[in-house]
Amino acid sequence: MTTSVITNVDTTGLSRPGWFSRALAGNALPVLIVSIAIIIVWYAATIYMNATMQVDQFERAEQEWSYGELVAGTMSQERPLLPAPHQVIAEMTKTIFGKKITSKRSLVYHSWVTLSSTLLGFAAGGLLGVLLATGIVHSKALEKSLLPWIISSQTIPILAIAPMVIVVLGAVGFKGLVPKAMISMYLGFFPVAISMVKGLRSPDVLQMDLLRTYNASRIQVFGLLRWPSSMPFLFASLKIAVAISLIGSIVGELPTGAQAGLGARLLAGSYYGQTIQIWSALFMAAFLSACLVGLIGVVERIVLHRMGARQ
Amino acid sequence: METRYIRDTFCATSLLLMALSIALGVSELPNGAFVPIILVIPAVFAWRGCNRPIDAWVVIGGAVLGAFVIVEGVHQQPLVGRSNAGLWIFLLAIWALAWRGIDRVANYSSLITWRQRLADIAVPIAFGLWLLFLWEAVVVGLSVPQVLLPPPSMIGVKFAASLSILWADFVQTFLKAVVSGYILGCGSGLLVAVLIDRVPFLQRGLMPIGNMASALPIVGVAPIMVMWFGFDWPSKTAVVVIMTFFPMLVNARAGLGAAGRLEEELLASYGATYWQTLLWLRIPASLPFVFNALKINSTLALIGAIVAEFFGTPIVGMGFRISTEVGRMNVDMVWAEILVAAIAGSMFYGIMTLLERYFTFWHPSYRKST
Repeated sequence: MTTSVITNVDTTGLSRPGWFSRALAGNALPVLIVSIAIIIVWYAATIYMNATMQVDQFERAEQEWSYGELVAGTMSQERPLLPAPHQVIAEMTKTIFGKKITSKRSLVYHSWVTLSSTLLGFAAGGLLGVLLATGIVHSKALEKSLLPWIISSQTIPILAIAPMVIVVLGAVGFKGLVPKAMISMYLGFFPVAISMVKGLRSPDVLQMDLLRTYNASRIQVFGLLRWPSSMPFLFASLKIAVAISLIGSIVGELPTGAQAGLGARLLAGSYYGQTIQIWSALFMAAFLSACLVGLIGVVERIVLHRMGARQ
Repeated sequence: METRYIRDTFCATSLLLMALSIALGVSELPNGAFVPIILVIPAVFAWRGCNRPIDAWVVIGGAVLGAFVIVEGVHQQPLVGRSNAGLWIFLLAIWALAWRGIDRVANYSSLITWRQRLADIAVPIAFGLWLLFLWEAVVVGLSVPQVLLPPPSMIGVKFAASLSILWADFVQTFLKAVVSGYILGCGSGLLVAVLIDRVPFLQRGLMPIGNMASALPIVGVAPIMVMWFGFDWPSKTAVVVIMTFFPMLVNARAGLGAAGRLEEELLASYGATYWQTLLWLRIPASLPFVFNALKINSTLALIGAIVAEFFGTPIVGMGFRISTEVGRMNVDMVWAEILVAAIAGSMFYGIMTLLERYFTFWHPSYRKST
């Protein structure tokens, strides 16, 4: 209440806080400064880690070198131990904008391969999670028998056996998108199921009682009360699910013999020592992950807003 | 008043299916003579209802006996003609029976604690055993190729036969890489969270980055770490450290802010110093969050170490064994290794849960909900 009163006061005549203190109050400036610090540390590490190899290179070429040349050299190696940020960005622009999208050397092509199986697995996993949660909320036998196993299913490092799933399914004729999507699904269903059990149980006792006095059926209770009130839980868990679905498809691409996808780029890069390629694939994966999570955040805000949630 | 002859539909269904399976010749199987005896159970309970707890145990006992007959039956290859169809129908009958039993136990409620607890533990165990049985019956009965899915009995035999190899892999991956990385990663995450506690500027700068990093596919740094730290376990430790650092940082940070205002003011009124408040109030208050991170990290650490082994490893380790045995199509060995990973993962998680219970017994989430 007090805030609304204060905002209604005409403050034009008063001196407003300067831009600097306003920037300090928000998160933007600290994040910017920390990011810059990280980049500086990165450059320093580039110089430090690549220096020995660069010195070797100079000596092999029997070349005189100064410290300036050494620093420049560490940042322009072809296969550095740690590539400098600008090298990674140059590689990314080259492989994103410089190649045709259908080309096997295009990062967009590989990202699409990964993204498609991520989305398929995410959709399947989300659906499975919601179905399981619905069953668990409505049947006590399902709750008591399934829930402990759902939880312990995640203590098994499925990501570690993903390659086996891929190879075995490949041996019996399932290739390409589906096996990878299955791994994404296995990883993605868990947060959704757990969170939706909580969400579908979140309605107030009073509200449940009200619907009972109306003689509402279970389906009506579900549609009118349980489902709408589980929305915040659904979106929070979907954000987690999409991020780990992406991890699932990337790891799922490792054993297919480096055919396509960001995981294949990682593996090929590590085989041939192409560090810049590894880093650019990593950056791309991070970018994709941020985009997907961001997208769900936008959908969440639209849906919750239309449902009348306060900001 | 109308008399109801069928009081339990599940048992009635089971009875019908069982009669059908006998008609199809299931009793010709070895041990098939048990089937008519088992048949009595659903017959009795379909008529008089399955309501008392003791009924549930009788029903489950019947299902166990039936499952035994089926497992013996499917191992009798090749199954011929009518008894084959009878076997699968018998399986459905057992399914209905088992479900009735589990359903009854799940709805059991008693004021006597140990009885209630026993029933609560029995349900998931029964369900797990049921899954194992179904796996064995379907895989053996339908002759699923072993490459696709070996039966649990075969995995068990392989597991028992190669204990020494599995132990060596466990030592290499779990005791060396996972434990060291987990301690380093969680420890440094906790330390950084405490250190930046006094620097709000760093908090606001680091936390959004930390939150974002939790969503990133960090496991992708594995090839880089292998390149930097070599093939042996230190590179896996490095991956585990990076994977476990951010969840701990984010959670510990949230936990340090979780102490109640009243308690903080009380300590302030005692003239407690910053460090005293931290030690006696804020760190204990943050424990639920810290343990949450420890539990998340226990699975992450194992995943990180095994995946990192796909990018290069000496000839020992769980990830190495999985990837090479897959290449040689020794799927039973792979599954034995998965069993090791599952046991290690569950134990790790279980230990963390027990510690959590010991240290945060005061937390409301442990209060009995009535």
